[in-house]
Amino acid sequence: MTPEDNRYAKSHEYVHPEAEGDLVVIGISDYAQKELGDVVFVELPQVGAELEQGDEFGSIESVKAVSELFSPVSGEVVEVNEALTDKPELINTDPYGDGWMMKMRLTTPEEVDEMMTAEEYDEYVEKESAH
Amino acid sequence: MSLPDPLTDQHRYISNASQDVGEMLEVIGIDSIDALFETIPDDVKLKELLNIPGPWSEIESRRWFRALAAKNLTAVDHVSFLGGGAYLHYQPACIDQLLLRAEFLTSYTPYQPEVSQGTLQSIFEYQTHQCLLTGLDVANASLYDGSTGLCEAVLLAERVVRNRKRVVIAKSVHPQYTETVRTYLQNLGYEIVEVGWTDDGRIDTAALREACTSDVFAVAVQSPNFLGVIEDYDAVAQIADAAGAVKIAVICEATSLGILTPPGAHGFDIAVGEGQAWGVPTQYGGPFVGFMVVKDALKRHMPGRLVGETVDVDGKRAYVLTLATREQHIRRGKATSNICTNEALIALAANMYLSLMGKEGLREVGQQCLSKAAYLRAELQKVGLVILPFSGPIYNEFVVRTPFPAAEILADLEHAKILGGIPLGQFYEGHDNEFLVAVTELHTREHLDQFVAALTAVISRERR
Amino acid sequence: MTTTPTALIFEHSKRGRRGYRLPALDVPPAELTPSLMRDEIADEVEVSEVDVIRHFTRLSKLNVSIDAGLYPLGSCTMKHNPRLNEEIARTPGFALSHPLQPDHQVQGNLALLWHIERTLMEIFGLPRVTLQPVAGAHGELTGILMVHKALAKSGNARKYILIPDSAHGTNPASAAFAGYQIKELKSNSRGTVDIDTLAAAVTEDVAALMITVPNTLGVFETDIKRFADILHEKGAYLYCDGANLNSFVGIARPGDMGIDVIHSNLHKTFSTPHGGGGPGAGPVGVSEKLVPFLPTPTVEQREDGTYYLDHGHPDSIGRVRAFNGNFNVLVRALTYMRSMGPDGLRRIAQIAVLNANYIRARLRGSYHLPYDAPSLHEVVFSDKLQTAKDVHTLDIAKRLMDYGFHPPTIYFPLIVAGALMIEPTESEPKEELDAFCDAMIAIAKECEERPELVRSAPHTTPVRRLDEARAARQPVLRWKR
Repeated sequence: MTPEDNRYAKSHEYVHPEAEGDLVVIGISDYAQKELGDVVFVELPQVGAELEQGDEFGSIESVKAVSELFSPVSGEVVEVNEALTDKPELINTDPYGDGWMMKMRLTTPEEVDEMMTAEEYDEYVEKESAH
Repeated sequence: MSLPDPLTDQHRYISNASQDVGEMLEVIGIDSIDALFETIPDDVKLKELLNIPGPWSEIESRRWFRALAAKNLTAVDHVSFLGGGAYLHYQPACIDQLLLRAEFLTSYTPYQPEVSQGTLQSIFEYQTHQCLLTGLDVANASLYDGSTGLCEAVLLAERVVRNRKRVVIAKSVHPQYTETVRTYLQNLGYEIVEVGWTDDGRIDTAALREACTSDVFAVAVQSPNFLGVIEDYDAVAQIADAAGAVKIAVICEATSLGILTPPGAHGFDIAVGEGQAWGVPTQYGGPFVGFMVVKDALKRHMPGRLVGETVDVDGKRAYVLTLATREQHIRRGKATSNICTNEALIALAANMYLSLMGKEGLREVGQQCLSKAAYLRAELQKVGLVILPFSGPIYNEFVVRTPFPAAEILADLEHAKILGGIPLGQFYEGHDNEFLVAVTELHTREHLDQFVAALTAVISRERR
Repeated sequence: MTTTPTALIFEHSKRGRRGYRLPALDVPPAELTPSLMRDEIADEVEVSEVDVIRHFTRLSKLNVSIDAGLYPLGSCTMKHNPRLNEEIARTPGFALSHPLQPDHQVQGNLALLWHIERTLMEIFGLPRVTLQPVAGAHGELTGILMVHKALAKSGNARKYILIPDSAHGTNPASAAFAGYQIKELKSNSRGTVDIDTLAAAVTEDVAALMITVPNTLGVFETDIKRFADILHEKGAYLYCDGANLNSFVGIARPGDMGIDVIHSNLHKTFSTPHGGGGPGAGPVGVSEKLVPFLPTPTVEQREDGTYYLDHGHPDSIGRVRAFNGNFNVLVRALTYMRSMGPDGLRRIAQIAVLNANYIRARLRGSYHLPYDAPSLHEVVFSDKLQTAKDVHTLDIAKRLMDYGFHPPTIYFPLIVAGALMIEPTESEPKEELDAFCDAMIAIAKECEERPELVRSAPHTTPVRRLDEARAARQPVLRWKR
């Protein structure tokens, strides 16, 4: 099931609003991790990095592919998931939980509202995989 | 010459003959081989055969090629003191025999690990030897040679440091290596700063300090350097560290690693160099084998192939190409290098050499080179007709200065069946009277005495 | 092949064993200051010559090779490697010659280089060839650097290299190394480049088109001469990746197609052994406009018939490697060219293309052919018919090993999902092609009837499928005690 409390980008990142304030958690969707296969390495930004919506913030590697990661929102990186350094497979096993990538403080919270809902994302994915 | 029927003259390297061709055409459903080439427009098709010699039998080929080889004056019937980045060392007999095993010689890059464990395991062993010898953490499966290896090292350093523009290369790094780096970097917007040497033949540390501005991303020194002198790694490291630059050690004479303290022990980040000295013939410059070994933190920036250990589905230990996302077939325009084909077979030869010589042999080769070069130097000093311009410590190679142009002296030595050295004037302006002399474990004391006597005779004759 | 993986050479090590003997030192032993001398190389090997020979012989048995049978890697041209080439390259006069010897001492080598350049000039139909690059990708970099320098000299080096989406990864990587950005060209339904697509893409900012002829589907770009015209009109260059030269050597010449630069992988078309990944050689032929920019030195002949290295080319891009390229790979390649002669070289292309089309005809129906255009020396199938049973290209490739064959190139070119790229070369006799096709057809049947057998293959190799994710997640890149 695609979690309903997240919003989704066409490039398959999700944004999960934290309970308090303007912090969000960012990762990639379950669909994206399945497409990639076994994740073997993730490159994440430095804490403190300022990102604009659409900026490349890192990359994710499977054994025989590498994909860029794009920030779906603008803001400052306040924390990255250090656990992924040793256990990148967390992205495969728990993309919405322990496999999160970074936390950001939003500068333009409206950007989140423009992203897809879970339902819209499911439809989008269905169309994309039909190609 | 018109185009003959393709089937009149059967060739020994092609199995299918007219009967096969007929049967195959029938299965394909066409009348002639020509029909398969219809997509090539007629106006670019050749109307005649190529104008080249052949076909030759093995008998004719042997005759022609051996006659060419016989025109070369080489170490076959001369005593050679040639070095300068290519050294004749002892080549254990079994290496070449093993290299000719079809499974090594005629296999491809080990893309399918289940049927390539021989090549993969050998590369893993080669990588291990490189780490042990250089004192660094991660070695790749090989690069083309030392010169292109240095190019790759410089580019690697830039990827790590980022946003800096200058690389410092000692003037005593092999001049053809630096020339190659210049070629590689020509469109990338980086500047190469060369730093000279002092009277001892070591890098000029004062000039190095001055060159190491905050804009420098890497410092490369060679040791033993092109003048044969062993550099002071610590002094260089200290200056490079102060500038935050990546430290690159270049090694042209790989056997020196058998006795000299390795760059890893002095905090260098990258050791890169030429593995030819590990028992590979000089063969006019190639194929050789470039090696690169880096600190663990740099491994994801490494160019070229890497082999790693893993297990198969039954839990058996096995080896596989890994961290491949760095490479061109995956990352394409953003790869760490464009290298694909490397020098795998020569790396295999190096693995065999290093295993055969082993812990004791590598030390002994180093010890013999060191001792024989020291003996030759001492003998030359006794005679006193030449100057040994650099006072720094040497391994197996050194510069000799004579009162006359080196080219003339060497031409005279050639008459005495001695290939006496490499004139330095072709590399450094104002050094026309100097040449490089290299000594290895292949030289006997008699060879060395013969060199001294011949050189003495030549200089005395020139004086008259 | 054996089925027992072997211990590492380091694990064979036993204190006191020794695999060599040097003559006793006949001069006084010398020493350096202790700070320059290393301690013993901890953990280096101690083994006998017997240990070494057993070890490497056993290792070799874990490999398959072209000498043992068909090795149909597409775009790799795994052909027979004549042993005469090996013998000639080992002639002491070549093997022991030194790269920094003065010209008069190495007239034999220089003559050989001169002759192989003349032979390649004739094969390419181009006025000069540099022998310095030591691999295909190295040749690509050399070629693009020459294009850059030529354009820069006429005022503007430009920004982009056009590369079709079917290209080898080395093409974009080499172009980037030479200082260019890449623009990818989409292939049409034949898998080739449309003339209109190209015409629209060639702007004033484009330096060159880098194209593989025939392309990685084995399809010849029939419009190649018009491509050249379009590029030349805009002052751009046509670069040909010669990886697939084996399909048209002696039939047609790159120079006659308007190609300005071509590299040839001598370890493909000209039979020098791949050696488990190298060494190779990647000579580059150029059109008249690019001759001044060739790497230095070049090999020239004097009127008296002697040869020399010419360092005097002021517009040269410089040297792309120390010394004189992979000389002893060039020796092997020239030996081969002479063995084949003009008729033999043409025959290579004819039989290589015949062999590939025979496989194509026999496997058609059993495997999906995504691009149906006539192909030359290789044929690209896909796993489309097999995916219904959840069997994929990787599985088919692995199952082929159980039938004793090395798999084809897989998942390349990228424009074919689940590609199986098969290149038999001219070396293979009909019986071997039949055995391979029979195996492929049997596997297609297994995909229908016993898909699990294919999915879990290989079953008979020294090791079975590897945990590649583990290798990449926690890299173990060297042995440690």
